Amino acid sequence: MTLDARIGLRLGALDLDVELHAEAGEVVALLGPNGAGKSTVLRCLAGLAPVDSGRISIDGVVVDDPADDVFVEPEDRPTGFVFQDYVLFDHLSVLENVAYGVRARGAGRGRARQSANEWLERFDLADHARRRPGALSGGEAQRVALARALATNPRLLLLDEPLAALDAGTRATVRRDLRRHLETFDGMRVVVTHDPVDAHALADRVVVLETGRVVQAGTLAEVTSHPRTRYVADLVGVNLIVGVVLDGVLTTPTGARVVIADAADGSTLATIRPHSVLLTRGDSVASSVRNTWPGTIVDIDRLGERVRLAIDGRLPLTAEITAAALDDLALRAGDRVHASVKATDIEVAPA
Amino acid sequence: MRLPLPALLLAGIAVAFFALPLVGLLWRAPWSNAWVYLTDDTALTALRLSLVTSLCATALSIVFGVPLAWLLARVDFPGRGAVRALCLLSMVLPPVVGGVALFFALGRRGVVGQYLDDWFGVTLPFTTAGVVVAQTFVAMPFLVITVEAALRQLDPRLEEASRTLGASRWYTFRRVTLPAIRPALVAGAVLAWARAFGEFGATITFAGNFPGTTQTMPLAVFLSLETNPEEAIVLALVMIAVSFTVLAGLRDRWFGAATQPAGVAS
Repeated sequence: MTLDARIGLRLGALDLDVELHAEAGEVVALLGPNGAGKSTVLRCLAGLAPVDSGRISIDGVVVDDPADDVFVEPEDRPTGFVFQDYVLFDHLSVLENVAYGVRARGAGRGRARQSANEWLERFDLADHARRRPGALSGGEAQRVALARALATNPRLLLLDEPLAALDAGTRATVRRDLRRHLETFDGMRVVVTHDPVDAHALADRVVVLETGRVVQAGTLAEVTSHPRTRYVADLVGVNLIVGVVLDGVLTTPTGARVVIADAADGSTLATIRPHSVLLTRGDSVASSVRNTWPGTIVDIDRLGERVRLAIDGRLPLTAEITAAALDDLALRAGDRVHASVKATDIEVAPA
Repeated sequence: MRLPLPALLLAGIAVAFFALPLVGLLWRAPWSNAWVYLTDDTALTALRLSLVTSLCATALSIVFGVPLAWLLARVDFPGRGAVRALCLLSMVLPPVVGGVALFFALGRRGVVGQYLDDWFGVTLPFTTAGVVVAQTFVAMPFLVITVEAALRQLDPRLEEASRTLGASRWYTFRRVTLPAIRPALVAGAVLAWARAFGEFGATITFAGNFPGTTQTMPLAVFLSLETNPEEAIVLALVMIAVSFTVLAGLRDRWFGAATQPAGVAS
């Protein structure tokens, strides 16, 4: 079971030329700035926009190939779509929303309702079955949208910015729920997002899109440590650290300790921007900085005037310094350094 | 909300402007003889004919007008503006002109009418069917314009969501689009019905004035003005009562909802 897509499309100012692959059970995140064409890629996969050139095949079945005059209508594709801000049917109850797809595919009312009830049960929505979508919270609406899409048994699930419509307070909880629910689905998933934290939480692999082109693809760790463009470096190329917080100290699975400013106890995701990482040569340092970790430079990546260094140690980090600073310190791969980060420069989110 | 005094005053004058003619009619109504005129054969026949033809015209307006509104709202084709203007023309045309045009198109010697006559033996002018055609001609634009506006305001992603869930275009139209535009559809249908019910000019030009087949209420009112003004007043009041009941029954929310972006989820 695979997704193979080459999408060429001109739409207004957007000139899209993207290749995308996904394997069974895989979650691919499409990352990119606004206007990069992420949502348009999803629309092409779902059949909501036909491609001008290229070819899309899902599970070996070609669903769009203008050269061969093949176009499968959205209702006949094995895809499920979760829209940004969900687009639930306001004139139907929550139950009817989830039953809609099964009904539309020709099942009787009874069977559709039974299947919808099972999905509502699975998504902890049973109490809301009779309510109208307008009366739901953002997180609940998202679960309804997800249940509605999954109820038709898609092989490929497409999610367009599933967390963007939520406020910061509920985002972390909903993200965790979404990950849990996505894990129970064994088909392929493509998630559009512009937040690397979401990508980290939800995806196995990321594809970064800029102005209609794939600029980089790989695991998030690969992309983070070797960003190929300014955008990737600034937005995606952050250090993501997973660990458990106790009394203001985060401990990673490898045993590194990170002092953070304000965070509740529990499982936490910390992000450190590479340019917040200070590097000093040698073995011992004394400063006001609370977080200092020894490490070895394993890789140096030049990106114009800035340089990215991959530092291996108990806490692997990516640091970004200027080319001039690199020359001043005369740093080379293999050198021992100390990396320090101010506690206030670390952003945290519950994981 | 409280309106500023000048606006309140002007609005009050507007209400009076619409109320006064009604007061005038009520003032002059021959109340003692009203029942005689009401149960008069001419009046009852005309009223029944008016109700039947205006409802037929409304049904035709819905059947053809909704797809037309859909075409105008959703399909971007060259000359769409011209097509829309053409379809709405009869709203602003003097109805008599519309009737004359219909006559030359669908009359027995008309462009299309002669074939209707030769091939199918169908004659429209001076028949009840002709009344329905004339009424539909002037009434349908009211439905089209209302429904098109609602379709334009509808979030297209609602229909897209339906398609991705496995629904065909037709299923989507019935289960998502129609319910979402229902308030506008009801408002448009009522406006079209009201226009058809009050139709005079196109009807008398195209269908003539035969009691029982083409003499609708407005025609009966007009003719009795010549012969029996008292009867005209009673018939006019009947028309007003029927129309007022329907329009008053149109709850505010139909009009309100028709102008809101309908159906967008939270």
